[in-house]
Amino acid sequence: MSRQYVIRRLLVMIPSLLGISVILFCVLAMAPGDPFAELAANPAIPPEVAASLRAKFGLDDPVWMRYLHWIAAMARGDWGFSFASRIDVDTLILQRLPTTLMVIGAAQLLAIVVALPVGVLAGTRPYSIFDQVANTLAFVGFSLPTFFTGLLLILVFSVKLEWLPMVYRADLNVTGWQWVVEQVRQSIMPVLVLGLFQGASLVRYVRSAVLDVVRLDYVTTARSKGIGERRVITRHIVRTALIPVVTLVALQMPIIFGGALVTEQIFRVPGIGSLLISAMLANDTPVVMAVTFVLACLVVFFNFIADVLYGWLDPRISYR
Amino acid sequence: MAEKLLEIKGLKTWFKTDDGVVRAVDGVDLHIDRGETLGVVGESGCGKTVTARSVLKLIDMPPGRFEAGEILWKGRDLIPVPAQEMDKIRAREIAIIFQEPMTSLNPVYTVGDQIAEVLRQHDKLSRKQAIAGAVEMLRLVNIPNPGKRVHDYPHQFSGGMRQRVMIAMAMSCKPQLLIADEPTTALDVTIQAQILELMQEMKDKLGMSIMLITHAMGVVAETCQRVVVMYAGKVVEEAPVEALFGNPRHPYTQGLIRSIPRVDRAAAQKERLEAIPGSVPSLLNPPVGCRFAARCKFAMDVCVKAMPPLKEVGPGHRVACVL
Amino acid sequence: MAGSTPVSLTADPPVAAASATPARKARFSPGREAWRRFRRHKLAMASTVILGLIVAAVVLGPLVWRVPINEIDFSAKLEGPSLAHPFGTDDLGQDILARMLYGGRISLAVGLAAMLVACFVGVLVGAIAGMSRGSVDAGLMWLADLFLALPQLPLLLLIIYLFRDSLTKVLGPEGGVFVMVVAVIGGLRWMQVARLVRAQILSIREKEFIEAARALGASNSRQVVRHILPNALGPVIVAGTIDVAAAIIAESTLSFLGLGFPPDIPTWGRVLFDAKDTMDMAPHWVLFSGGAIFLAVLSINFIGDGLRDALDPRRVL
Repeated sequence: MSRQYVIRRLLVMIPSLLGISVILFCVLAMAPGDPFAELAANPAIPPEVAASLRAKFGLDDPVWMRYLHWIAAMARGDWGFSFASRIDVDTLILQRLPTTLMVIGAAQLLAIVVALPVGVLAGTRPYSIFDQVANTLAFVGFSLPTFFTGLLLILVFSVKLEWLPMVYRADLNVTGWQWVVEQVRQSIMPVLVLGLFQGASLVRYVRSAVLDVVRLDYVTTARSKGIGERRVITRHIVRTALIPVVTLVALQMPIIFGGALVTEQIFRVPGIGSLLISAMLANDTPVVMAVTFVLACLVVFFNFIADVLYGWLDPRISYR
Repeated sequence: MAEKLLEIKGLKTWFKTDDGVVRAVDGVDLHIDRGETLGVVGESGCGKTVTARSVLKLIDMPPGRFEAGEILWKGRDLIPVPAQEMDKIRAREIAIIFQEPMTSLNPVYTVGDQIAEVLRQHDKLSRKQAIAGAVEMLRLVNIPNPGKRVHDYPHQFSGGMRQRVMIAMAMSCKPQLLIADEPTTALDVTIQAQILELMQEMKDKLGMSIMLITHAMGVVAETCQRVVVMYAGKVVEEAPVEALFGNPRHPYTQGLIRSIPRVDRAAAQKERLEAIPGSVPSLLNPPVGCRFAARCKFAMDVCVKAMPPLKEVGPGHRVACVL
Repeated sequence: MAGSTPVSLTADPPVAAASATPARKARFSPGREAWRRFRRHKLAMASTVILGLIVAAVVLGPLVWRVPINEIDFSAKLEGPSLAHPFGTDDLGQDILARMLYGGRISLAVGLAAMLVACFVGVLVGAIAGMSRGSVDAGLMWLADLFLALPQLPLLLLIIYLFRDSLTKVLGPEGGVFVMVVAVIGGLRWMQVARLVRAQILSIREKEFIEAARALGASNSRQVVRHILPNALGPVIVAGTIDVAAAIIAESTLSFLGLGFPPDIPTWGRVLFDAKDTMDMAPHWVLFSGGAIFLAVLSINFIGDGLRDALDPRRVL
């Protein structure tokens, strides 16, 4: 893969990020009323903080000036001050981000580990019993809203069986191996909810990509080489079927973050998703804006990763 | 009598579809002797490709199914042979190349990797040896600068070059039979001749047999020793190439030969190119009698009642027609 | 799916496809052919019946089950299913069946209305992009890509967070939230339809009958309406069906996070939100409301899959 390709994909991110920031800012600017009226009336906020915020957002400047000020401040890492938690927004987000990324990463891993073999098996035996069962379960899987699966799991594993803790705790008061065990126990359900939801749609993607590939001529060529069905599937079918799957997973990224938000809220996982909800319920506008923007940046960033992966998987792309 | 390398007896390969059973190959008999080139000709959809793929058992099952018949490879029936045994025959004893050089190679591997894959599988070579072998094969099929090209991807080759790569891949284990399924149809005319020449050269070097599937009668005349004419899933005529062109017996064969454009005649007499009227019958519910009867200008009552069997009309010349 | 997608079966033997399909096509009109394919998708057929029952229940149900949705009865709170309350009662002793029948109307209406918004915007953008080409086309498609990369749920929450109060003032609590939820969910889901319409336009406008229409002096907009849109309809219907399911989930998610409809409008997501804190004492409350969302979404998704087989057989996903 050529270096120019990676650089080009990096450069493509810039207009995307700018576009997203414009959309976000427009939403904020169009919002009726003064987004800071609430805090001016809030006795817990010192008036000078409110005033400095007003000045920084330049609420009396024309819209484009306000946008430039805002984007410049965001770029500098000056994301404002959380009224509810009384610390800087960037500190707050950095505290919460690792948890979210860990849960999403583990869930994505689970989804891939489950969906890849199932999808390949279903796609190479289309219309078999296995395929029909897998496909039906996949439909059930992505028709089950994450908030409902989360509640069902809690109902079964926490309330009835009492095997797993109901909520996620950041401050486990144990150490060493005990801590690891507890950490795993409390992560099981959030990861399961998110991972199975992702896995369900991934099964469909993999199956359909495999179905597309098995008809292609080079698969027949591969079979005619006498390398065995197993190698035909792993080397020739799966390897090429992964290319469209990567794109589809990238398109799913916004949904993955949406799902993470809900999951964090159900299990009280202290990630940025639950931070967003609590900030909204507390009318903490700087945090709301910053978290939304960070989530958007993460989506764009993972799209970039997917693009690079795509170029690595498909030699036709990166040579262009 | 030369040794029969491959003999297909009464082969029926049917496909189950939503609309019913398609009898793509419906009782085909043919054989290939050691060292000869057999041409299999017929219109698109007459079952040539399915016959060719049946030999290597490259038919997807389901929907495909061997309904009846035998595929005797050096006397051994391949139909009951399990998949793992079959893999030892593929590429090593019987190799195949396809019509579309643009799509027959996997786009994500270098051509070297794809040739080396065969060598590593069958000759148990190390990766390095196999790549060296791949370079040798590329050189053999006249690809310039093979040491460098071996690391290129298929999309960096032209159509003719890719077909050369396919031939190199097919030849790499020195098979006894090469099945070439319309190897030149997708190529430019000038490249076609080069590829046919290359196949001939390979044949002479390695002493193998070729089953050349094509719908171009001109190609057959130039390269084959014997010809099998197929129509709607059945063999209608089989003859040495001179006999077929000199004395075609089946009306369908006669039609095929007349439909070859001939520059000399067309220019001299302004003769119109003759097409065979009508189209191929449905293979879903094929007619009981001779399948060509509906398009045949000599058709009689007996033709629609039963399919005439192949009968000997000359040395090695058999035809399925009452005439 | 069960006995579906005829293409992939006939595509394997090239011979079969060539000889078998023309005879078929001649015998059936496109509509009947589509219906034939849809009917063979057994799960889609079953889903159509189930969705029909759900729709009938929420439309006619409140007329038959005449229990008020807000009758508070603390002596009967958190009761399991019984004859008096088939779905049990909630923490205020309100009848869950009555609440869900009423709230289901809103849940389904939100899904349908949001889909219509998404399709309208999508067809509009796709048609403009497809007909204009050039920089307008490129710009609109860049916008579509950008919207696809937006984290929808957070943005949805943000917009509702910022606009809720003022809209409720103008349109009342019910209407305000409804309009906003529909507009925002629909406004964030138009991209798929826009791409489909544009792709259809680009492929069809090269075809002969459009050339002929152009030669006869038909205007651009006339071409879109008369010739191109009917051809693009199949894929758009499929995408629209999936959008209904997605919009229902989106609305339920909002309500579930406590940022959707107010408590006196018991959409299914809202009922589930109210139920989650007493899950250990009254699991029926969670199961009925969550189950209703799941069943509706599942059957719509299956219908979408059946429609895809019927209307858009080339696509597998």
